Amino acid sequence: MRHIEALQNEDIEIQLLIEAIFLKYGYDFRGYSRAHMKRRIMRRLTISGIDSISEMQRLVIYDREFFEKLLGDFSINVTEMFRDPSFYKAFRKEVVPVLQTYPFIKVWHAGCSTGEEVYSMAILLKEEGLYERSQIYATDFNEEVLQKAKEGIYPIEAIKEYTYNYQHAGGKAAFADYYVAKYDSAILEPSLKKKVIFADHNLVTDGVFGEMNVVICRNVLIYFDKELQNKVVGLFHESLCNGGFLCLGSKESLRFNKYVDNFDPVIENEKVYRKKFGC
Amino acid sequence: MKYEAIVIGASTGGMNALKVVLSALPKKFSVPVLVVQHLSPRSDSYLVEYLSKACKVMVKEADEKEKALPGYVYIAPPNYHLLVEKDRCLALSTEERVNYARPSVDVLFESAADAYGRSLIGIILTGANYDGSKGLRRIKQCGGLAIVQDPCSAEADAMPKAAIQAVNVDYVITLDKIAPLLNKLTEEIGE
Ligand SMILES: C[S@@+](CC[C@H](N)C(=O)[O-])C[C@H]1O[C@@H](n2cnc3c(N)ncnc32)[C@H](O)[C@@H]1O
Repeated sequence: MRHIEALQNEDIEIQLLIEAIFLKYGYDFRGYSRAHMKRRIMRRLTISGIDSISEMQRLVIYDREFFEKLLGDFSINVTEMFRDPSFYKAFRKEVVPVLQTYPFIKVWHAGCSTGEEVYSMAILLKEEGLYERSQIYATDFNEEVLQKAKEGIYPIEAIKEYTYNYQHAGGKAAFADYYVAKYDSAILEPSLKKKVIFADHNLVTDGVFGEMNVVICRNVLIYFDKELQNKVVGLFHESLCNGGFLCLGSKESLRFNKYVDNFDPVIENEKVYRKKFGC
Repeated sequence: MKYEAIVIGASTGGMNALKVVLSALPKKFSVPVLVVQHLSPRSDSYLVEYLSKACKVMVKEADEKEKALPGYVYIAPPNYHLLVEKDRCLALSTEERVNYARPSVDVLFESAADAYGRSLIGIILTGANYDGSKGLRRIKQCGGLAIVQDPCSAEADAMPKAAIQAVNVDYVITLDKIAPLLNKLTEEIGE
């Protein structure tokens, strides 16, 4: 039997490792889901053949390269173009008509990963005639994925699935209009980048992005504990203008959030909320 | 021994097997049941509806951050891993597939073993792969109880066989015997 004590020791070691990372590098994972962090740490432990988490702590402090690896482990970057097509369909139907009444539209993709979601939104706004008066900010705290996002080049194997998603997302043209295939890559149409600014931003430690009409933060909050979710939704609330839209991932919600009463659910199934006026 | 939660892993043939087990639990079943059934990533809420109709206990898709409560069965959503936190709240993750699966049985079992320790029951049902063996071993290491569906009674026997090989399991029993055993094990609470 694995002793309770061994488990408790492991938890202490994990907490110390996370603390060491914060002290040394300023990356704050203290408010991330512990079950998730433990999985990622144990996975790196197995891959690298290190004996214990305490040994890993020493490595993290003295070996920047090892830390970078661990940082990669901690950020789950899985994403797709038009992921959850029903979200984009609902966005067209319910959010676009409101955006059409604005002279200028500011959109923030927080935790944009390698950019697929950002370009999906650019395509949607284009097809709805809103792109030219939009400014999209796309941020992530992982520089490696941001670099890929800026390039806008994706493996050709993914195109089949993206085309399927696009069609089910209410796409109005042919998906092939938006990329050129070259060898084993799909290079996105350059105009899709024109209105996008990519930037390094850490949701835990960095500040507000002002006067947003739409904040899209999908599949990021699930990795945070309740307290950190409260803090980050507070940041979004502050960043949104009155009546601004907050779009979460399809398995995320404000149900357990401190700010739940500061938003109206607009599309319940798709987790689209609207900031109430005046608060 | 006081059990506080049950985790179940199933793959091929699981729809029917889960129905047999879960429909035989009473409405006020005294512990939460967490389930990973391998599904296609694009499947809808069919499994939840199917089991809801057949069961007296409440069956729902697991929401992230909700607390696992008695009388409820929580099903991992397609394309997400299901985990349990130390405070017994549920967590979801889109990290890479484990054993080619998302949700993966190992991911649920390992995190649940950490959260519930010796008060956890782990069950492996029918399936045509090896997912869950590692997790079941972890449950045993933490002092929990391991139950495996008798491979001879399983639609696909690879998953139960793998579990039996990897773990010193407490019970290998046919499908129809599982719910009565669970009722008995959880009734002992308070005695
Ligand atoms: C699973 S991806 C989601 C990508 C995209 N939004 C989607 O839904 O397809 C999660 C992203 O959140 C980023 N992330 C995690 N913690 C963050 C933080 N504290 N600040 C900014 N980005 C963060 C990760 O780097 C990763 O790219």
